[in-house]
Amino acid sequence: MSDATTLAAALETADAIPKTAFDARPLVLVAVLVLAAWPLVGSSSTWLTLTLAGLAMGMIIFIAASGLTLVFGLMDVLNFGHSLFIALGAYVATSVFVALTTGAAAASLAQGLSAIGVAMVAAMLLAGTLGLGFERVIVRPVYGQHLKQILVTIGGAIIGEELIKVVWGPAQIPLPPPEALRGSILIGEATVERLRLVSVVVGLVVLALLLWTLNRTKIGLLIRAGVQDREMVESLGYRIRRLFVGVFAAGSALAGLGGCLWGMNQQIVTPQIGAQVNVLLFIVIIIGGLGSTLGCLVGALLVGLMTNYIGFLAPKVTMFSSIGLMVAVLLWRPQGLYPVVNR
Amino acid sequence: MTRPLLQLAGVHTHIGAYHILHGVDFDVPAGEVTMLLGRNGAGKTTTLRTIMGLWPASQGRVVFDGRRIGGPADDAAGQADAAVRTPEIAAQGIAYVPETMGIFSDLSVAENMLLAARAARTVDQLDRARLDWLFGLFPALKKFWLYPAGKLSGGQKQMLAIARAMVEPRRLLLIDEPSKGLAPAIVQNLIAALRELKRTAATVLLVEQNFEVAKALGDHVAVMDDGRVVHRGPMAELAADEAMQQRLLGLSLASHQ
Repeated sequence: MSDATTLAAALETADAIPKTAFDARPLVLVAVLVLAAWPLVGSSSTWLTLTLAGLAMGMIIFIAASGLTLVFGLMDVLNFGHSLFIALGAYVATSVFVALTTGAAAASLAQGLSAIGVAMVAAMLLAGTLGLGFERVIVRPVYGQHLKQILVTIGGAIIGEELIKVVWGPAQIPLPPPEALRGSILIGEATVERLRLVSVVVGLVVLALLLWTLNRTKIGLLIRAGVQDREMVESLGYRIRRLFVGVFAAGSALAGLGGCLWGMNQQIVTPQIGAQVNVLLFIVIIIGGLGSTLGCLVGALLVGLMTNYIGFLAPKVTMFSSIGLMVAVLLWRPQGLYPVVNR
Repeated sequence: MTRPLLQLAGVHTHIGAYHILHGVDFDVPAGEVTMLLGRNGAGKTTTLRTIMGLWPASQGRVVFDGRRIGGPADDAAGQADAAVRTPEIAAQGIAYVPETMGIFSDLSVAENMLLAARAARTVDQLDRARLDWLFGLFPALKKFWLYPAGKLSGGQKQMLAIARAMVEPRRLLLIDEPSKGLAPAIVQNLIAALRELKRTAATVLLVEQNFEVAKALGDHVAVMDDGRVVHRGPMAELAADEAMQQRLLGLSLASHQ
């Protein structure tokens, strides 16, 4: 009893101490971008539509990139093979949709949502399983050797892309969303595609789960500690390799989920889909600060919003806008928005 | 005489092209404090890292409680036991406080402590009685319990690093230069805390440059020079013999009186 009182007292005392201020400036940057776009876009309803589309795109990019940033942060592994899991997720979705939504079977909302749910789960399972094999066969032999990691994982991605062509064919495959989820709804004056709403909801669920795991569980504590000082975590008696394999598989599964959502939003899947998204992912995790989950989220939202605004205002420079954003952020904070210490 | 808890015999360690340890021999008796002294670059830190398996021994053997934890296999029977990896070495009950302290600066003091407690999954599951004992030794930890560890002062970080190694009972503590860079008053606190630890009959291998700390805490001493142990004996004997200190450590009278 007295122990409990002491601890409570200790917690109380600690609460009274001013904690370090949370660094909110990167979040302000997101708000500034959103507000600055308003007068530039002109019409409020268009601005709102673009903003919601940008947030949806940002959430999808975040889902796909979160695994990449943790894998780099935890094990210093540059995995250019991440694109493979994204492509796989999108292709799995096409197969699931062909199987489940032929004809008008998925006319009802419930059927449409369950088809998407099945596609997402299948994409995650397959990508996660492939991730386990990819880590074992391709990544493990090149730990600690950056140049080899880049070469070998790119090689793995190329082989994977060719294997996808063998299974699904080299031609692009349409991935129309289920009947009930096509089209848009009106929120005020803004039109929002139904599918984008699904993406935002899924993204928020993933974000909540990820934050909960990282901040409220011991596994999450180990991951956060491992990103800062891997050797010390090992010295405390934890097998960080095993943890890393788990994070790699989970990150691959999230990439599969991101690919599934990305493909549905594009409505067309090509074998190069992963490689296209991969460029954005690397931009996002560099903007965010390699290894930082919060940075990854903020980076993804910035890139998603920027792409949509610029795509409307000056379509020709869309691709440049993301890279321009990265350059600007790195000039401001060379280690990214939320630098991971001890690196 | 009982078997020493930790034995190093003919340990060689290479780091890349550099040959750092040239056959280190010494024992760490159970329940006592063994000091590892020597000039800068003598190989003290390398010895601790080799024991933890962070750098592999290329020759010789490291034996903990009769089990081989380091050094290459010299016969088929030793194969399975040789070159045990760091997490397994730690799991046998060895805690390591590196010279850099290894504090996770983004995590709170509480989270740092929780990480070291392998039996606890949440802060609430930490052993309260033991925690109170540690708070008694290191009051700053209680005060800054929820504070990010990176914001602590150098002395407080060192206290946290040592408290973290003590959060659960460990069979052997390896502590690398805890007094480094600390103000004299803080060093006195540190000595008091380590004395309290010593009272619990903990086995400690302590690397120190500060001879005052060594004199205050050590039961035994091993002095290293150029990757070898050049002297072993009771700490009291070395503490009483200034000529030997001068010869082994290059200490002048002014530096420790």
